[in-house]
Amino acid sequence: MTPPALEVRDLHKTFADLEVLKGVSLTANTGDVISILGSSGSGKSTFLRCINLLETPTEGSIIVKGETLRLKRDASGNLSPEDAAQVQRIRAKLAMVFQGFNLWSHMTVLENLIEAPVHVLKVPRAEAIERAEALLHKVGMYERRSYYPMHISGGQQQRAAIARALAMQPDAILFDEPTSALDPELVGEVLKVMRVLAEEGSTMIVVTHEMGFAREVSSRVVFLHQGRVEEEGPPAEVFNNPRSERFRQFLSGKLKG
Amino acid sequence: MDFSIIADSFDLYLSGTWVTLQLVLQSLAIGLLLAVPLAIAQVYGPAWLRWLVFAYGYFFRGTPLLVQTFLLYYGSGQFEWIQQLQQDWTFLKQAYGYALIAFALNTAAYTVEILRGAIATMPKGELEAAKACGMSTPLMLRRIVLPNAFRRALPAYSNEVIFMLHGSSIASIVTIVDITGAARLVNAKYYRPYEAFVTAGLIYLVLTLLTVWLFRQVEKRWFVHLRPLGSKP
Repeated sequence: MTPPALEVRDLHKTFADLEVLKGVSLTANTGDVISILGSSGSGKSTFLRCINLLETPTEGSIIVKGETLRLKRDASGNLSPEDAAQVQRIRAKLAMVFQGFNLWSHMTVLENLIEAPVHVLKVPRAEAIERAEALLHKVGMYERRSYYPMHISGGQQQRAAIARALAMQPDAILFDEPTSALDPELVGEVLKVMRVLAEEGSTMIVVTHEMGFAREVSSRVVFLHQGRVEEEGPPAEVFNNPRSERFRQFLSGKLKG
Repeated sequence: MDFSIIADSFDLYLSGTWVTLQLVLQSLAIGLLLAVPLAIAQVYGPAWLRWLVFAYGYFFRGTPLLVQTFLLYYGSGQFEWIQQLQQDWTFLKQAYGYALIAFALNTAAYTVEILRGAIATMPKGELEAAKACGMSTPLMLRRIVLPNAFRRALPAYSNEVIFMLHGSSIASIVTIVDITGAARLVNAKYYRPYEAFVTAGLIYLVLTLLTVWLFRQVEKRWFVHLRPLGSKP
């Protein structure tokens, strides 16, 4: 049996005195598209950022393609990575798409796409360029390949950022509210690209507010509330028959905090 | 006003200009080489190292370049081990060596501050993107942080280059015949301070304009990503 693309077990995260995550688990098999929903402050972004260790979890384990991320506990009881090289290797397998795009501003779109493949994965430059150009065609950004991030729209930047994530040929892609910083008329073009990826069988973990995407595209929906999984299941099930009262409130827009 | 004496001293000014150029370019090169790792240490290093770099910058930015040059040139003779060193290193027998050390340490201190600011104000999101795709800190520094920081530091650094060029006239006080040194010799010989120093001033002016022009060219190449699309530099 092949191991799941990504497995997170009993993740806790505390900032100072505030416990943001109170034991969240998640398993993503290859090809799964998991939407993580929740109101602001529910811990969904923190959860995603803990997966690739942009935040260090307080408790819990992360397993990528069967490889457990080794964490050690220091004298004050905090977890930290045991082996920086392993963290880098695992991060390279989990690409991330950010709310604020975060393209490297001093590089063109194409340079953004080949940067990590060439310097992290050691792909020969010519091969990386060839692959990057194919990806740019796919997200409709080939004509803008020699533009700098500042010179293109937010939607274009996000599509380029998605192509940059794909250029790593990751085992799973983490999306952190990919459309939340976009003007409403630009949201559609990004969701369209994500829909194509989902149909092609990419493994995706998507923190989002886009109910349409969660309902129509994802294979599973996870609803976080106050640091806990409150509802989980296939979208048809959870949207039509929510078991949790809070998720029902969330769907009707009445959930506070 | 008699500028014919300047024509007679043309060779002296020429060699003075050459000395100034050498001194300034060498101290800038050494200063920059020192400043890059120190600036990185100032942002990413452990606390004790940050404190050490801070103390270094505090001293060299807190005292006049002239005092630093005097300390090195006149002061170092008081120490026996430096006298020993002079036996082996002819470099330390000449004023030029001391001026170079003083200037390089001075410009390095200012350049650390310029670079530190640029490195520390790196957009956080771009750093997270670098980490998220598996870059190690050294790789992230080399490929993302420094190229970006250098670009943003350029205008401030061009000022530092001009300050250094003008500050280098201090070398003339410790017997070096740079541009100002040449002017002092001409003045001593003909007692024509006006002609002698106006000529020196003009040479500095031309060198400054040249520096500004050079930095413009670099900015044209490096700032494409920050300029509104389609605008002329």
